[in-house]
Amino acid sequence: MSTNDLLAIRNGQAVDRSVCPVVSVDRFRQAVIESVADGARLSALLAEPAGDAGAARLMAVLARPSLGNLAVVACEVGDSYPALTPDCPSAHLFEREIAEQWNIRPDGHPWLKPVRFQPPCKAAKKGVAAGQTTAGVMNFFKMDGQEVHEVAVGPVHAGVIEPGHFRFQCHGETVHHLEISLGYQHRGVERALVGGPTGRTIHYIETLAGDTTVGHATAYCLAAESISDMHPPARAEAIRAAAAELERIANHVGDLGALAGDVGFLPTMSYCGRIRGDVLNLTALLCGNRFGRGLLLPGGTAYDADDELIAELLRRLDDVERDATRAIDLLFDNPSVLARFEGTGAISEELARQIGLVGVPARACSLPCDIRQEFPYGLYQFTQMPVCTWRTGDCFARAYVRWLEIQQSLAFVREQMRSLPTGPTRLDAKPLRPNKLAVAMVEGWRGEICHVAATDAQGRFAFYKVVDPSFHNWFGLAYALREQQVSDFPLCNKSFNLSYCGHDL
Amino acid sequence: MFGIVKTRLQQKHRTMSYPDGPPPELPPRFAGRPVVEAGRCANGCAYCVSACPTGAIAPASGSKSGPCIDTGLCLFCRACEESCPQKAIHFGREYRLAAARRDDLLVQAGSPDFAPARNDLASKLLKRSLKLRQVSAGGCNACEADSNVLGTLAWDMGRFGIQFVASPRHADGLLVTGPVTENMRLAVRKTYDAVPGPKIVIAVGACAISGGPYVGHAQQHNGAASVVPVDLFIPGCPPNPLTILDGLLRFLGRV
Repeated sequence: MSTNDLLAIRNGQAVDRSVCPVVSVDRFRQAVIESVADGARLSALLAEPAGDAGAARLMAVLARPSLGNLAVVACEVGDSYPALTPDCPSAHLFEREIAEQWNIRPDGHPWLKPVRFQPPCKAAKKGVAAGQTTAGVMNFFKMDGQEVHEVAVGPVHAGVIEPGHFRFQCHGETVHHLEISLGYQHRGVERALVGGPTGRTIHYIETLAGDTTVGHATAYCLAAESISDMHPPARAEAIRAAAAELERIANHVGDLGALAGDVGFLPTMSYCGRIRGDVLNLTALLCGNRFGRGLLLPGGTAYDADDELIAELLRRLDDVERDATRAIDLLFDNPSVLARFEGTGAISEELARQIGLVGVPARACSLPCDIRQEFPYGLYQFTQMPVCTWRTGDCFARAYVRWLEIQQSLAFVREQMRSLPTGPTRLDAKPLRPNKLAVAMVEGWRGEICHVAATDAQGRFAFYKVVDPSFHNWFGLAYALREQQVSDFPLCNKSFNLSYCGHDL
Repeated sequence: MFGIVKTRLQQKHRTMSYPDGPPPELPPRFAGRPVVEAGRCANGCAYCVSACPTGAIAPASGSKSGPCIDTGLCLFCRACEESCPQKAIHFGREYRLAAARRDDLLVQAGSPDFAPARNDLASKLLKRSLKLRQVSAGGCNACEADSNVLGTLAWDMGRFGIQFVASPRHADGLLVTGPVTENMRLAVRKTYDAVPGPKIVIAVGACAISGGPYVGHAQQHNGAASVVPVDLFIPGCPPNPLTILDGLLRFLGRV
């Protein structure tokens, strides 16, 4: 049984790098493929520099909800290896990323194209094609035939959103294929994290995806604290969790407003736009910044909440709940809205599992994946967060799951702020221990955030891999648009609301 | 229908009275424009200089001047404030951070409370109608979010004739966010070229002004000014929406 090759670890547990099993490529493939077939998710697949100059090692991180733990396994590779993707479709984008960054070719990969148009960090060896570095210039899938046409959009879009390039292959109004080409936001964060932590590290983390500042900072703190063997105080864990749920509420409310706007239902759009701002201001109450910048740091939180602040926060939270409930009830009570939401951009449960969707889009397909429940961390180890799912996998489901989660999170924040544990919120930071490996998984508002960190002999980051939930889900959006109308794109896009910067790093 | 009307009444009128009335309340822990107190500075310890994650602080040049903070590069993270044993730096509550000149973003002891932001062309031609094309060029999407929020009914920048438009051809200028990544450089330039003249450019956030947290990375170009001429700089990481709106209104000569 090849899954014996895996090393089981807990979420947020640091282990010695030397205990991570290194097996042959064949056994590595078998372990990953069998685990995924068995219900595990491929949460990260990365390449790390290994020993001799130029050599590299692949490492897979598997999330195994049925066993309640994570698992890691590694293998040495040369210039190429047999691709995992044909047997494990959720490896598809990871393998493209590795090929682009490390010039390691996954043989038999069906869709080997650039991911971020970044120059490789390892020079190409003879016979290996160099990575392409002109953003948006690649071999797009093309349909041919009478009355077939192509719509190309971006990188600069019509709205105030991030850059990305989208190509629709259409026949009439029907989209048969959508290809998404990103990388415009690539600013070299992962590479800059190597050799850290430095004064800038926390800022890199907080700006991985600006709207997920608390989510990514939580994952970073979990990784750093486990490597330096620190246990943040209970009060800090409660404030972190409350801030994370406020982030979820703010973004979900904003998304529901934007979804309303995309189907032309202006009342909910107007109200939710304002209410989202009110929730961001609650986060600002905690730390002065609407996105939670500066709140979290390894060892706890930079700010405490006194009784007066808590009372103010709870009072405003009541207003938010009342206004949001009225605004969102209006949305789901409206037949013309439901007619646009229902059946649009549907994804089947089977497909969602195959391509490895996470977060809201996965839960909208009945998949009960939620790190807070499956691999609890921080405060979620002591308090239950129900997983909200829906069956239909369409825009309605993705909207409705958001509304269910808003209600859960509102109750959660209220409960936590009313019963904050006493004590300090911050411990003095300790240095990272050398030669450790840690995996930190967190349920951000978009879905599963996975950080994989390893330290070198000096206690510096040897590598730091970030997997934003968007990295798993962009392919889901491309699928959701199949056989839909071009005009359904804004709605489908908003129902996923993925991060470009979190993907591009 | 009755439900919609009822909810409309319940949601009330929410547009703020600013700038005719007082500005919206900022949170108690808000980090506004930094203040340097030269009298307290030990002149030479340079703890603040080494604490700054982006290198935004230049050490004291004279014996009594205190350090100089580049608010265009500053992330408003308070690391300098915490590092100073003399408490010579603190972040105040001044939200008016925007400036028309890059040099005016440098804050020292004795700097004026806020820098001029008025633009002659804008205050003559665009005072009552400013159409902007937003270009996101490599940031984290927080500046975009807090620019977008100005369109919501609480801020309603439409009442000043300011609006984000879908095409550069319809725009009077660009509002750029992000450090301008190598992969977005051409797109920023092309978008600028597509705006009919006379045109203006506004850089929002530390990234677009200086590269911000990514300053010095090979994958980006340290801000919008590397590609296009910039007429207004709005610092912050990200700037509070009030800081952005104030910058736009002072740029147009409306306040």
